[in-house]
Amino acid sequence: MTAGFVMMCHTELGRAAQVARFWAKAGAPVVVHVDGKVGQPAFDAFAHGLSDLDNVSFSRRFNCEWGTWSLVAAAQAGAQQMLDRHPQVGHVFLASGACLPLRPLAELTAYLAARPQTDFIESVTAADVDWTAGGLHDERFTLHFPFSWRRQRWLFDRYVRLQRRLNYRRPVPAGLEPHLGSQWWCLTRRTLTAILQDPDRARQERYFRGVWIPDESYFQTLVRRHSRSIESRSLTLSKFDVYGKPHVFYDDHLDLLRQSDCFVARKVWPRANLLYRRFLDQKIPAAAGADPDPVRVDRLFAAATERRTKGRAGLYMQSRFPRRDHENGKTPAPYAVFHGFAEVIEEFEPWATKHLAARVHGHLFAPERVEFAGGAVLQPGCLSDSAALRDYNPQAFLTNLLWNARGETQAFQFGPRDTQACNWFMATDPNAQIAVITGAWAVPLFRSNRDFADLRREGLDCKRSNWRIWAFCARCMSRRGCGSGRSPISSKTR
Amino acid sequence: MGLWEQYRLRLRRKRLLIRALRKALALKPVANRTGQIRRRDVLLFATLRNERIRLPYFLQYYRDLGIGHFLFVDNGSDDGSRDYLAAQPDVSVWTTTASYKRARFGMDWINWLLRRYGRGHWTLTVDLDEFLVYPFYDTRPIRALTDWLDSCEARSFPAMLLDMYPKGPVDAVPYQEGQNPFEIARWFDSGNYTITKNDDLQNLWIQGGPRARLMFADAPRNAPALNKIPLVKWRRGYVYASSTHMLLPRGLNRVYDAQGGEKISGCLLHAKFLSTMTSKVQEELVRREHYIGSREYIAYSEALETGPDMWCKHSVDYRNWRQLEDLGLMSKGNWA
Repeated sequence: MTAGFVMMCHTELGRAAQVARFWAKAGAPVVVHVDGKVGQPAFDAFAHGLSDLDNVSFSRRFNCEWGTWSLVAAAQAGAQQMLDRHPQVGHVFLASGACLPLRPLAELTAYLAARPQTDFIESVTAADVDWTAGGLHDERFTLHFPFSWRRQRWLFDRYVRLQRRLNYRRPVPAGLEPHLGSQWWCLTRRTLTAILQDPDRARQERYFRGVWIPDESYFQTLVRRHSRSIESRSLTLSKFDVYGKPHVFYDDHLDLLRQSDCFVARKVWPRANLLYRRFLDQKIPAAAGADPDPVRVDRLFAAATERRTKGRAGLYMQSRFPRRDHENGKTPAPYAVFHGFAEVIEEFEPWATKHLAARVHGHLFAPERVEFAGGAVLQPGCLSDSAALRDYNPQAFLTNLLWNARGETQAFQFGPRDTQACNWFMATDPNAQIAVITGAWAVPLFRSNRDFADLRREGLDCKRSNWRIWAFCARCMSRRGCGSGRSPISSKTR
Repeated sequence: MGLWEQYRLRLRRKRLLIRALRKALALKPVANRTGQIRRRDVLLFATLRNERIRLPYFLQYYRDLGIGHFLFVDNGSDDGSRDYLAAQPDVSVWTTTASYKRARFGMDWINWLLRRYGRGHWTLTVDLDEFLVYPFYDTRPIRALTDWLDSCEARSFPAMLLDMYPKGPVDAVPYQEGQNPFEIARWFDSGNYTITKNDDLQNLWIQGGPRARLMFADAPRNAPALNKIPLVKWRRGYVYASSTHMLLPRGLNRVYDAQGGEKISGCLLHAKFLSTMTSKVQEELVRREHYIGSREYIAYSEALETGPDMWCKHSVDYRNWRQLEDLGLMSKGNWA
């Protein structure tokens, strides 16, 4: 018994030919479906290039469009041809022109020979998955989709919405329980024959023609009717991003792919010369019987999704500039704001520097200059102590300071004389731990021994500004529940 | 966007296009090899004046990235730049002695070239001292990036300008022809950039870096803009509105995510602060052909006279793109 490959090709025929040759020369029959949209000269050249291999044949060509029945029809025709012409084939493997075999054919054959009754096809119910593109889960089985999602998106969306409003539901034929999964499968001759010769096939086809993206659900559903033993996973390593688009493999993924021990990977960038050269080299020694384990690949792509959807908390940059209050983290880490402490407690700053596991700055927002810890002129990131630069964009100043100091807790003094522009930002930031001694501004004035008229004027200024701070403190407390936050600062001495 | 708003932007775009056509009359072809351009080539567009010493490394750098064809506008060079370029097999050159300033700092010429030759291609518009760094650029050619952007239906790619500088006076180590400028200017500011959103054209306005820190500390508003969108899948009707900072239609400027996620982005390493700068600044001060009365150049000449060290102890030594990614200056987005 051997495996047979049905290959669905539409572009990059040169690469597809290389892969077909790899399998065919190793002894596996290959049936190639070339998209009907490929011109006759290109098809002839492709077919001619493979004409020296007698176990490569071409199946009837369909005009394929993404998400439509044509893809299933092409797969059915290819599979039928494979079963009819190659009786020695035990498993049929559906692959695409952008697939790349990662292990020698002999290993795949041995793997399948050890599991002769098992169908490898991802087949899950819509309720079990969250990867379906376009937000259509079980609705893809119960609505009509006469318009193309790719070309007529506006009509597609409107028509879906209309059916939802009318509460329309298309009946699912009796005996079918809709399942979906990756369109790249590997089925046993027995199961595939049963699906293709199902007495109900005409009715099933009529139904699936109206389903959205039937290539992800036709075989996946019918296999549940006919298979004796399903392993609900694909032998093809193929990952999709948040937009339902396949991740692409490049030359720098070589080690990752090798260590995955998967049999076939998709989708490979056609110009990834190194990958094609290395993996299509027939002389690579076999990695004895290892089970596919793409955990590192999974982790890589999960991280990419995380970065694209959530991003790094507290980062503001050219391609991540969240709207106010949509930040997924306004700042990267907790920080402390001491309001009035330096005025009431003598030598508070040196004390705090000594006892807190944090970098303790003076008044970062002081009007004259930024009072960085230790009187520094610059901070990590080349952040300057110029008040003019800071006041040009105070919020960016604060977020830059915190971003650059990732890993080290920051604390600073704050008072009514300081620039007040970041109050709302800090008040709404769960990372800000704000401690306030109210009215502390009066202490230095009281001790300054200055002219009364001067004092009165400055006192009024401070008071006015203090009203604003009060308003902002009240807001933070009401938002977070006063005092419930855990302090980010642990005492060194405790 | 209201109808009036739409109409106003459309008018502005049309005006820029007509202006480009008008200004392009001054361009004379020196070497036109655009017939060699293949359908899927990534094209590079640049204006230059007296940059002969930079050309060999510039061409080598971008050839290595996989640029298919270069299109240059030479603005009256007299140092042999034009002849050098005309002799290259993958370069087309136009020349003009018209005013750089009155061609909106060369952008009118470039807009015309983009319109004429860029349509349907991914186009990269840079200056001679700007070197594009994108995620995985050390292992994946630029076609890998553009193919991926195509599959995401993205039309434009941002790359912030990152000023690179040497340790010690700018002219201490002379730059040699063909040398990688970042062997000398290998330091940068990693985290002092400020961003505001320009509501009119929806682009981000980024300022900061060593120039803001040293030369514009008392007038930060005047510090140069560092936001750039150099890589665009060009279509008829597109136009750069101001340098490569922003484009019309303005949807092309939406290269950032506003919901907290990260889109893909790169950096343009800026090799301005090299020994070549001293003579350039003197020349530009006489020509007065730069932005707002060459304000930047006046500041540079003042700074050069006092011989400042742009380097400080928090300056970061450039290693590779992953370092820029870690620092949050650029992002892989969901490219992996």
